[in-house]
Amino acid sequence: MAAPHRHATMQSMSNGGISSGSDRPQQHSQLSQQSPGLRVPSNRKTIYDRHLNRTRTAELSRASFAFLFGEMVTYAQRRVTGIQDLEKRLNEQGYPLGLRLLDLLFYRSTSTSSSALSSSSTSSSPPNRPLRIITLLHLIHGPLWRLLFGRAADALEHSVSPDTPNEYMITDNDPMVNTYVSAPRDMSMLNCAAYVAGIIEGVCDGCGFETKVSAHNQPTELWPSRTVFLVRFGDPVMEREKVLERAGVK
Amino acid sequence: MPSNPRGVFSLIIINKAGGLIYQREFQSGLRNLSTNDYLVLAGTFHGVHAITRSITPKIPIAQPAPSTTSTGTAAPAASGYSYPNPGVPVSGLDYLETDKFRLTCFQTLTGTKFLLFTDPLTGGVDAIIQRIYELYADYVMKNPFYQIEMPVRCEAFDRHLGAWLRGRT
Repeated sequence: MAAPHRHATMQSMSNGGISSGSDRPQQHSQLSQQSPGLRVPSNRKTIYDRHLNRTRTAELSRASFAFLFGEMVTYAQRRVTGIQDLEKRLNEQGYPLGLRLLDLLFYRSTSTSSSALSSSSTSSSPPNRPLRIITLLHLIHGPLWRLLFGRAADALEHSVSPDTPNEYMITDNDPMVNTYVSAPRDMSMLNCAAYVAGIIEGVCDGCGFETKVSAHNQPTELWPSRTVFLVRFGDPVMEREKVLERAGVK
Repeated sequence: MPSNPRGVFSLIIINKAGGLIYQREFQSGLRNLSTNDYLVLAGTFHGVHAITRSITPKIPIAQPAPSTTSTGTAAPAASGYSYPNPGVPVSGLDYLETDKFRLTCFQTLTGTKFLLFTDPLTGGVDAIIQRIYELYADYVMKNPFYQIEMPVRCEAFDRHLGAWLRGRT
């Protein structure tokens, strides 16, 4: 039920972007004979002309991210009914990013492992999409975290309780998104890393693993903003996992 | 907490309207004023600061001469120094010193004032204030839950400020 709703919101977002851009092509039409709405720089290199690996090692300003993320939180905070609602909104903001990041992640991991680039991608072996839960979680814990934050996550655990074999935990001792965020005292349960939880959820969904991910505060003396991402796989995923285990698929 | 080797007593932050938005002691056992008194102190200082700025002597050559600092001996106003460049804006009270303590005021471009109470012998006060300003810019201004001009209640700011001042020796 959640998936179509989410795609609908993404669609409306992209539509909004185009319509708002098409308001003002009149002023620029003499300068650049381009399709309305898409403004092309003078050297005709749009963001789509760039190689995807160009920004691979590029660094972003942490301050500008902090301000942008702060605005996202402020935006999500409008018209919310409570902490859970706010976390849900942040989660929904991260979800589409996760879906897209997955493709980028695969693209980059294959283009580095084999020297053959996208031209021969059809002939070379398809990217090793994770089929098992552990492989997927290792992908998130390692490569995804490195892509987003420049380092691997700090821990990956499986729930010890026999009642919840579908629960896994990814721990980040000092989540980058929360560096400058201090929630007010009456919202101490809030964790803005719900945005990152949404990204994880998007990555898992993109891989075909139905999941719910939530972020929880678990501060320690040394790491006051330590966050645990609780990954809960759906029942169909667990069923498939059993079948795959019997079949010996890795 | 052991006595701070840097001799930093306390910090007050005043918003651009003269309201107290942050107040914190860095040494235990300091005699505390009541909250109301701190508010009055902040408001008064804000007013005095504005006065010191407006009494800066203006001479027709647009080259401010050294002022006579006729007001209070304890507060040598920054306006007393001559500015080689007339384009430099007039600053108000920069510091206030007595035998027992020194109050340094740092005003940001947006009008927020940082008041630092230190021991008169403490050196490098400018560097300390600069670092506090940096922490403020990071952990207060980048916090999405902070409402501008309102009292600062940011746990991360408190934590980093305390840790940094304790770590400096």
